[in-house]
Amino acid sequence: MGHEAQETDATAAVDFKEVQSTERFQELRKRHRSFVFPMAIAFLLWYFAYVLLADYAVEFMSTKVWGNINIGLIMGLLQFVTTFAITGWYVSYSNRRLDPIAAEIRHEIEGHEFDKHGNQISGVEK
Amino acid sequence: MTFMVPAVNVADLKETTLLNMGIFALFVAVTMIIVIKASRNNKTAADYYAAGRSFTGPQNGTAIAGDYLSAASFLGITGAIAINGYDGFMYSIGFLVAWLVALLLVAELLRNTGKFTMADVLSFRLKQRPVRIAAAISTLAVCFFYLLAQMAGAGSLISLLLGISDWGGQALVIIVVGALMIMYVLIGGMKGTTWVQIIKAMLLIAGAAVMTFWVLAIYGFNLSDLLGGAVETSGNPNILNPGMQYGKTETSKLDFMSLGLALVLGTAALPHVLMRFYTVPTAKEARKSVVWSIWLIGLFYLFTLVLGYGAAALVGAETIKAAPGGVNSAAPLLAFHLGGPLLLGFISAVAFATILAVVAGLTITAAASFAHDIYASVIAKGKADPATEVKVARKTVIVIGLLAIAGGIFANGQNVAFLVALAFAVAASANLPTILYSLFWRKFTTQGAIWSMYGGLGSAIILIALSPVVSGAKTSMIPGANFAIFPLSNPGIVSIPLAFFLGWLGSVLDKRLEDTTKQAEMEVRSLTGVGAEKATDH
Repeated sequence: MGHEAQETDATAAVDFKEVQSTERFQELRKRHRSFVFPMAIAFLLWYFAYVLLADYAVEFMSTKVWGNINIGLIMGLLQFVTTFAITGWYVSYSNRRLDPIAAEIRHEIEGHEFDKHGNQISGVEK
Repeated sequence: MTFMVPAVNVADLKETTLLNMGIFALFVAVTMIIVIKASRNNKTAADYYAAGRSFTGPQNGTAIAGDYLSAASFLGITGAIAINGYDGFMYSIGFLVAWLVALLLVAELLRNTGKFTMADVLSFRLKQRPVRIAAAISTLAVCFFYLLAQMAGAGSLISLLLGISDWGGQALVIIVVGALMIMYVLIGGMKGTTWVQIIKAMLLIAGAAVMTFWVLAIYGFNLSDLLGGAVETSGNPNILNPGMQYGKTETSKLDFMSLGLALVLGTAALPHVLMRFYTVPTAKEARKSVVWSIWLIGLFYLFTLVLGYGAAALVGAETIKAAPGGVNSAAPLLAFHLGGPLLLGFISAVAFATILAVVAGLTITAAASFAHDIYASVIAKGKADPATEVKVARKTVIVIGLLAIAGGIFANGQNVAFLVALAFAVAASANLPTILYSLFWRKFTTQGAIWSMYGGLGSAIILIALSPVVSGAKTSMIPGANFAIFPLSNPGIVSIPLAFFLGWLGSVLDKRLEDTTKQAEMEVRSLTGVGAEKATDH
């Protein structure tokens, strides 16, 4: 466990408030939140709309569309489709918009650290 | 309609007992060898709790699916669809959609900020001691309810699959399952447990895939014909429509909303699922693991839709209800109907393996939380050396194993789905608000965390105690008494919003200010992965 303690020490010298206030970090934070919050609200609303319909609009959900397949089943399967779609969308968004900027900030901190006075320290491992 | 398979004769099932046991013994032997091999590198605490953070995203994703697709979801959902039709399908949707909460809001940020347990993240920027104790208590509570559900499930499964119906015989099998589980976790730690889950997930999904293909083939790959078959056998067209189980009264409709809320918000707060994110080297791998598990779990639930209606059409609700094991026997009976004793033996062995793997995952989570959060951080005040901590964890495994065996014997025969839903409701109420607030809300304070966690945990448990599940109905745990003043069987619709509210109220009323440096550190680390725990190399 020796190296773990060392890592904690290495980041202990970092002035995180300084990093937090940088424009790059604020951009990363904004990009992350502007994707995950609206998306989370959207899928929760869609899920609860579905549950409410199944709960209180049984007639509508029981309408047959094709053979024995009714609206309820189609909407249920659509929940699967949207779950898979949001998953794929999030992965591609993170790969394009979040990961590069996060890696950049991480390398900057781990490469040459900021100390409490905003000066850079060099020679820190990793 | 071209099926000519003979009808299921439940009495035939007993003749397959030896075969079931043989296949199960083979699974135990193979996994035990793998566990022993995997344990050779267990040296540090990170090895024991987090498998040296050496699993890849796809491996961990498969293990998560193995952890998540418990006997309750495989046997329970298939049975629920076979008996209650569409309402059973809605369970699987809640269980699946819930993963988006984990993917978007929790998994990566948690991996970046924590070390071994959920409490690592919750106490990161708040006062260590009180928050850690609260998080450990709720972890232990959730794990305990989940464990009880799995052990109780083992009992009812046995009655069907091994033909052991007397209380003593079932108790003996629960002891065997418990003892095996203790061995896996003691020897293999997280690495061994993870391998058991990966193997089990692959077997389960493969078995379900074969059965799904088979059922669809019988109906010429026409879903509409399959549904028609289910209507014909059951003689009730409503099996395709919502409301058969939950549409009876206004209370039951509200109960379904409550259950839906608990399911969708509970997953991302289950401690044994959260702990799995520490077994991968980076946040990116944590993301990959969630993506894998979403695909596997989604696919599996699509299979259960076919299997459930398949069982309704080919086996029939009456036969299922009359069989030992009741609703839970739909999937095994369907397997017997399709592939005879061999397929039944395979599916039964997989169901056992499922219980074993899930119980092992829960045990290591509870043990890690006790040793790391309560022993190392609170009792030893952070001065315990990692070797002692792992020793404590191992001892805890034995204690929890024994508790689970005892609890399982006494909970034998209890409603499995209720116990699992209870675990979800407790997780969503006690853990989720604090997880989200501490990751995303700058002004969240220690008092808010404490109010939210104890308030959520307490209200969920008290409401359950006062619900028809415990007293006042024929199906209650204590049918003789009646103190059910809360009408819903799932507390989520009250306790989850209450916990969110308490977290907010506790924070705005808190006069103590939290350390803004720590908040900055947590935010930067969670989003960038700076200083995140690395994989151990050997």
